Amino acid sequence: MSVAATHFNYLAVVVLMMIGLYVLFSTRNLIKQMIGLGLFQTSTALFYISLGKVSGGTAAIKIYADSVEGRMLAAPLDPDFVQQFGVGGVVYSNPLPHVLILTAIVVGVATLSVGLSIAVRIREAYGTVEADEIEAVTRVDAARVGRDP
Amino acid sequence: MSEIALQVNFALNIALLLMLIAVGVAIARMRSLLAAILLMGVYSLVSAVWLIVMDAADVAFTEAVVGAGISTIVLLGAILLVRAGPVRHNWRMTIAPAVLVLGVGGLLVYAMTGLPEFGDPASPANAYVGRNYLIQTPDEIGVPNVVTAVLASYRGFDTLGETVVVFAAGIGVALMLGFGPRSSLPPLPAAMGDHHVVLRVTARLLIPLIALFAFYVQFHGDLGAGGGFQAGVILAVAPILHALVFGLHETIAALPVRAVRSIATLGVLLFAGVGVICMINGGGFLDYDHLFPPGVEAIIPPGLLGDPDHAHQWGQHFGIFFIELGVLLTVAATMVTIFYGFAGRAVEEP
Repeated sequence: MSVAATHFNYLAVVVLMMIGLYVLFSTRNLIKQMIGLGLFQTSTALFYISLGKVSGGTAAIKIYADSVEGRMLAAPLDPDFVQQFGVGGVVYSNPLPHVLILTAIVVGVATLSVGLSIAVRIREAYGTVEADEIEAVTRVDAARVGRDP
Repeated sequence: MSEIALQVNFALNIALLLMLIAVGVAIARMRSLLAAILLMGVYSLVSAVWLIVMDAADVAFTEAVVGAGISTIVLLGAILLVRAGPVRHNWRMTIAPAVLVLGVGGLLVYAMTGLPEFGDPASPANAYVGRNYLIQTPDEIGVPNVVTAVLASYRGFDTLGETVVVFAAGIGVALMLGFGPRSSLPPLPAAMGDHHVVLRVTARLLIPLIALFAFYVQFHGDLGAGGGFQAGVILAVAPILHALVFGLHETIAALPVRAVRSIATLGVLLFAGVGVICMINGGGFLDYDHLFPPGVEAIIPPGLLGDPDHAHQWGQHFGIFFIELGVLLTVAATMVTIFYGFAGRAVEEP
């Protein structure tokens, strides 16, 4: 298969990451910037999970090879492949990226809330969440007290 | 037959990723913040389905409850508070980011071609430490869900750090937005209007079920997909739904701010306390094999807790149980604290 097919997931991750980065840079609205940051963060999660996928694998929850499920999962695979890469007759995907991303998602929503609460406080202090308007307000304030911005 | 099953999996993978890109582009082009936030919820649900295709059942669970649930609520609360209008567009401001993004993206695509093939079982990421966890878990930890074993036992210290970060973020939001409704706000009129009667009746039925489901997810986390993080977020949804339907004042009367704060602290203390108990009993920090003092395992009758050959796993089972409980308490209470912060600051319309 060509690189475009074998590396399609990574390509999609790069595209999503760049969409997030674009949103982050192309708008001055703080809330929209947080959304862009969220997209960027999710793309990292997709990258980790893509790396941990094993073709023909299943979720990393132990099942017995001689059970109905175990036989069903092993049936479409080459027995040598199962022998070499499986654990106890069943091929699993890598659980380690799952653990890292699981906690990162919950931490992500917590940090998103911190960012949004800062935006709320900025709105209360400056009356806007547009970064250029905030700069204008700061400039006017600085001029009023007679200092350079 | 064999090839078809794998090809269907791969085709689903590609289709869902293309959907994610389409939703991502729509979010980037959207000028209405409300529409962008709702599309983020769609994005999370699609990525949850994709995670199932990628065998990441636990992550899919988390993404579904966090991405489509809590983060949508927090973002909606934030746009209510900032009263943001549509995002302004300025064509001059899109050129420099577009050039930058194309440049960085090109470099990343170039670097990406050096990565191992998608699904390669022999890649360095999959062949060593991840595989070792799969091989060692039945003997060393003894829980069927390897993700839980790695999360709670092998990498327990890491998880403690994540729990503390969630806790710290909760404190940060509370310090910036307040712990609950501001005292200057007039209390809401109690009765809302009869057109909410369907909502009220349905919510009354749903809230206990949501809480019950959270505990199922919590205690089933050793055996299948689930665990403290997912259960904590689901448990937090119950009071949040209550506040959305019955008003924030009613919820705070039932679940006082002080109690929520204490529960969040208690969770972190429980987690760290399990680690300290292991140290007192002669092990390392969070080394559950030393959760019980030496000699206790000898006096438990063989076969009381399953396979007598795996008596050394009792410490692991109890350790995982307690630290997952700590994670549940901290995550649930922190999410409620964050919600109280955002909702309490809003001037509610009667």
